[in-house]
Amino acid sequence: MELSRRNFLKATTVGGAIALGFDLSKARAEIREFKISRTTETRSICPYCAVSCGVIIHTLGDRSKNAVASVVHVEGDPDHPISRGSLCPKGITLKDDITHKNRLTMPKVRRPGSDHWDDITWDDAVARIARHIKTTRDKSFVARNAKGQVVNRNPGMAMIGGCTDTNEFNFLQWKAITAWGVPYRDSQARV
Amino acid sequence: MTVQALEIKRSSAAMWGTKTGLREKPVVSKYIDTTTCIGCKACEAACQEWNDLKTVATHQEGSYQTLPHLDADFWNLIRFNEREVDGGLMWLMRKDQCMHCAEPGCLEACPAPGAIVQYANGIVDVDPSKCIGCGYCSTGCPFDVPKFHKTTGKMAKCTLCVDRVEVGLEPACIKACPTGCLQFGSKEQMVAMGNARVSQLKGAGFQDAMLYDPQGVGGTSVVTVLGHGHPEWYDLPRDPHVPLLVRAWKSILRPLGVLAAFAAVIGVFGHYATYGPKEPPEGDGVGEGRTK
Amino acid sequence: MTNGWVDIKNADVILAMGGNPAENHPVGFKWFIEAKKVRGAKLVVVDPRFTRTAAVADFYAPLRPGTDIAFLLGLIRYALNNGRYQEDYVRIHTNGPFIIKNEYSFNDGLFSGWDPNTKQYVKDSWGYQADPKSTAYGVDPTMQNPRCVLQLLKQHVDRYTPEMVERICGTPKDKFLKVAEIVTSTHPANRVGTITYALGWTQHSTAVQIIRTAAMLQLLLGNVGMPGGGVDAFRGHSNIQGATDTAGNTEILPGYLKTPQGQFQTLADYYKNAIPMTLNQQAWPSMNYWVNYPKFMVSLLKSVYGNAATKDNDWGYGWLPKIDANYSWMYIFDDMYRGSSMRVGGKETGPEGFITFGMNPVGLGPNSKKMIAALSKLKWMVVVENAETETATFWKAPKEYGGAASSQIQTEVFMLPAANFAEKDGTFTNSARWLQWKWKALDPPGQAKMDQEILSRLFLAVQNLYRKEGGAVPEAVLNVTWAYANPVNPDLAEVLKEMSGKALGDIKDPKDPTKVLKTAGQQLDGFGQLQDDGSTLCGNWLHSGVYTEAGNNAQRRSTADPTGLGMFHNWAFSWPANRRIMYNRASADANGQPWDPTRVGIRWDGAKWVGDVPDMKPDAPPGTYGAFIMLPEGVGRLFAPALNDGPFPEHYEAVEAPIANPLHPKVTSNPTALIFKSDQDSFGTVDKFPYVCTTYRLTEHFHYWTKHQAGGVLNELMPGFFVEIPEPLARQKGIANGSKVKVSSARGAIEGTAMVTNRMPTLKIDGKDIWHIGFPIHWGYAAEKGHTGPLANFLTPSVGDPNTWTPEYKAFLVNLEKA
Repeated sequence: MELSRRNFLKATTVGGAIALGFDLSKARAEIREFKISRTTETRSICPYCAVSCGVIIHTLGDRSKNAVASVVHVEGDPDHPISRGSLCPKGITLKDDITHKNRLTMPKVRRPGSDHWDDITWDDAVARIARHIKTTRDKSFVARNAKGQVVNRNPGMAMIGGCTDTNEFNFLQWKAITAWGVPYRDSQARV
Repeated sequence: MTVQALEIKRSSAAMWGTKTGLREKPVVSKYIDTTTCIGCKACEAACQEWNDLKTVATHQEGSYQTLPHLDADFWNLIRFNEREVDGGLMWLMRKDQCMHCAEPGCLEACPAPGAIVQYANGIVDVDPSKCIGCGYCSTGCPFDVPKFHKTTGKMAKCTLCVDRVEVGLEPACIKACPTGCLQFGSKEQMVAMGNARVSQLKGAGFQDAMLYDPQGVGGTSVVTVLGHGHPEWYDLPRDPHVPLLVRAWKSILRPLGVLAAFAAVIGVFGHYATYGPKEPPEGDGVGEGRTK
Repeated sequence: MTNGWVDIKNADVILAMGGNPAENHPVGFKWFIEAKKVRGAKLVVVDPRFTRTAAVADFYAPLRPGTDIAFLLGLIRYALNNGRYQEDYVRIHTNGPFIIKNEYSFNDGLFSGWDPNTKQYVKDSWGYQADPKSTAYGVDPTMQNPRCVLQLLKQHVDRYTPEMVERICGTPKDKFLKVAEIVTSTHPANRVGTITYALGWTQHSTAVQIIRTAAMLQLLLGNVGMPGGGVDAFRGHSNIQGATDTAGNTEILPGYLKTPQGQFQTLADYYKNAIPMTLNQQAWPSMNYWVNYPKFMVSLLKSVYGNAATKDNDWGYGWLPKIDANYSWMYIFDDMYRGSSMRVGGKETGPEGFITFGMNPVGLGPNSKKMIAALSKLKWMVVVENAETETATFWKAPKEYGGAASSQIQTEVFMLPAANFAEKDGTFTNSARWLQWKWKALDPPGQAKMDQEILSRLFLAVQNLYRKEGGAVPEAVLNVTWAYANPVNPDLAEVLKEMSGKALGDIKDPKDPTKVLKTAGQQLDGFGQLQDDGSTLCGNWLHSGVYTEAGNNAQRRSTADPTGLGMFHNWAFSWPANRRIMYNRASADANGQPWDPTRVGIRWDGAKWVGDVPDMKPDAPPGTYGAFIMLPEGVGRLFAPALNDGPFPEHYEAVEAPIANPLHPKVTSNPTALIFKSDQDSFGTVDKFPYVCTTYRLTEHFHYWTKHQAGGVLNELMPGFFVEIPEPLARQKGIANGSKVKVSSARGAIEGTAMVTNRMPTLKIDGKDIWHIGFPIHWGYAAEKGHTGPLANFLTPSVGDPNTWTPEYKAFLVNLEKA
């Protein structure tokens, strides 16, 4: 229940009045702590737009073996020549993006015809997907086109890559695409 | 870890001698240039994150503005105002937060000793451990800033990131600002920067550009460059003052410590608590809360 | 971007069009404000909406969505007719003086070479006229020949008078002229302007031609290559620049090498098509840098096939998948839906399996209903993600999206939890082409894994199956190298080294063969050291030099900026070759001296080029080569024979448009536009859908991600979907601000909160009020509780640009009603 100001006043008039003019016992205020004085700082790059602001991720603990890092704050990197410490509302709230409760933490599978997710182990997921890839590739593979030209493609598969994958991942992905022969491939850059 | 002790200039409900300590500190100030503000809300987000404030349940009601007004869990708000003048459209954005008045009405109105303090560097802060949640400070504030927090039962508002400033950093909102329309430094520097920007704007066709640093409250530790000399277009009072009764309460009645007089004043404060301290809106568009 | 984010501070005039940088790139926008405050630069915004950018602009002009080309060609006409272009620059740095073939023509909306049967152009007539006296092409340095590019351009744009611009764009004439006056004020050599754009230009059926028109205007004004100039594309995601650089798209291999086609069976055949013939052999011949293509290609093949790539087997070229048709975004889902690809000679299957790393096609569109119908046909799908997206849960999409019942959908869906950006290291490439390393801050939550580990496990498992069981052409799978120290979870620094390139044998100095530049195993200094004989390996020639013997240059953090122009050569690494301004040779005149001594891109000091890393052979004196080293002409193109929809830009209406094209009503929209016609595709006309609609992003959200943030501040700052509606239209319809409205297109209908505003202009076209509405894209059915909303792309059509095949999200027809 919200105490209205008027009611509150009635309740506290006497106490409040007694307090009038007193209590300067503390000459100085010591009420707010600086919350990131000993956090670990890691230099990163914001994953949102292509300005690529420098961000500093503050994590709990000093990276010692027994300290489990968690993000307590994210702030702009003042040295970064483009962003110079500033960030937009998305960059400033990156902590929310890293720590939110809707993050996926377990591999899941939705089986044909099912209306729900089931848990699956990483090993089982990898084995099943690898089998799918091979079966599809072997079935759909076009070694030569209608003109008899060697084309070595696998039109049974499509792959699209993200906008926040690293360059290194993109290169690895291209190698996998090449191995699997996937012609249907695209990325966020298209849309 | 506790930061180093803070020097106090003034404290609420003090009978006499509020100034503590010997050290002189330069008065700090925020600078807001509304003509380069894009309303991106980085300052809002930075404030929420730095202060670990709980999110307020908001709803899309046809506006870019996050909330109609400040909240005990939302201390920094961009106010959006659309305005058409001579066929030209303007979308005005202004960062709203505690103005950190040199003569703070909140502090003068506060009956709880030490609940509101003004540090030597000009920052006006609420000490929740001493706040009694009576709400008198909002009555004393001509900018409608301090808000009652339902959960804690205390008043809450912008601290000017006193925890950062005291270790030598700029406030979180200032650091985040992408366009640099927010700056931080000594009051002297910020006023100089503001005056220079106003001159530049006048040369660029903003004939009535002005620096908002209202003297009715002794000046503020937030100086605001307005492209148009109409503070009310930005939801700012044209000539804010600490309400007379608050002044009377502080300078005459309270030192007398007369309980009877105190009781008599309650009715008057009740009026303020109900209807607010602000003068009626001037012209259209003011006090409508959010526009687009 | 041709230039960089910080470089924008060097501009005198900034035209922001086809983008809303204050909204979508607020921190980059810092440098716009810096230019305004410090240089007194003028910011001009031309946009269908009065945006956050417009709020701080010096001048704003509205236009109807989808009419940008008409506006820009109007600016070009204004520049040419008023002598407001930089003639000396045009003469030496563009193809303005080049003579065009007599066969080239343009009539009634169609260029010469139109084939009505294939609905494509035969481009033979779009070329340079051979000079009868020599083997070279005709060039008239006076630019007076009526068949020279500059005169043909003048003739082409003559129709785009201010009155015609007003009739097409709805921009009042006086506002157009004010924009023209400010933008063309940069034509003197010592004034510079930039043009910035983003998805507001790329998402049209005329996208590439819009961007080209801007580039042409910048060439005419002498702004390309200059500090403070250029054409600056602001990319919308942290690493789609990097994705395109590293073969993110079907038509390219790493470094924009071309994906081979079936008709090119050997590397030699492939090179004939891929390497352009040097066109300009006269004064200022073209360096035609693509002659080095074989060095890039062989080094790439060595990186993918390792020791299996030998000279005898054409470096493994035969194993590379070849394409015979278009396999890009909209085709992926069209073929997935149809179950087959009819474009190739014989009938081939469409995708039955689908893997997406961090992508959400149901949200990304177009035509979400079709996306869901297409995914429902899959046998299997793998979604690697941070949160449960619309795509991962397409099988339980709300009924209005038209999907089948869950029990009817036979797709096996795997949803794998991935690390996010903070939980892995590696590089992102920003819009200014800077590769920047980020360090890992913490471990991923629960069982989530880094995507490189997920991919590697799949790769190794598949390779293992082929090793054990054989199958279709197993050597194409088995010969791909994965020889990392930890193959299951490769160290990304090791991968970056592979991309940057290393010597496999001794690399000798071409100037002094007794000198060895690199010995086997050493990292290369840059792509200049690549070889076509198998003695170098390089995963992406454009990135070459990012990881040298000196270390990981993407990690550099020096804030030194000796020129004061914001180049920061020792911060991270910028492709190519750490160059910060593309085409910087054009910032200097015929003698190699800067057009503007206060803004030096590069300068000839008598022996070499100094300043930025030169976009030129470092010791080639002025006059040796043209400034545009990647083009076979060696000069900037005002006339471009390469595109599919014309050598000059022309205004075409969007595929769904409210009026017929005032210039040529019979050819109203782009005749070569990509239009999909499955039974899931439908198109609206103005009688049923009278309003233009446009879609966009907001500062407060990121694509379809941030709505998932439980308890997040962003959902607080912008809690839900809305529709922006012009005030007079709302009044006419009785729609109050904050009330519910329904927006429908030929594809579907959505509901949202009305935001009634004068920021959406009323435009007068032929005396009639024309309105457009708009809404942001960020919501969907998969989100944190309380923050779901309609998918914007439920309403958008499967229509695209004929060059990039990017969907037309910025202009389509809808109806608006009270809900």
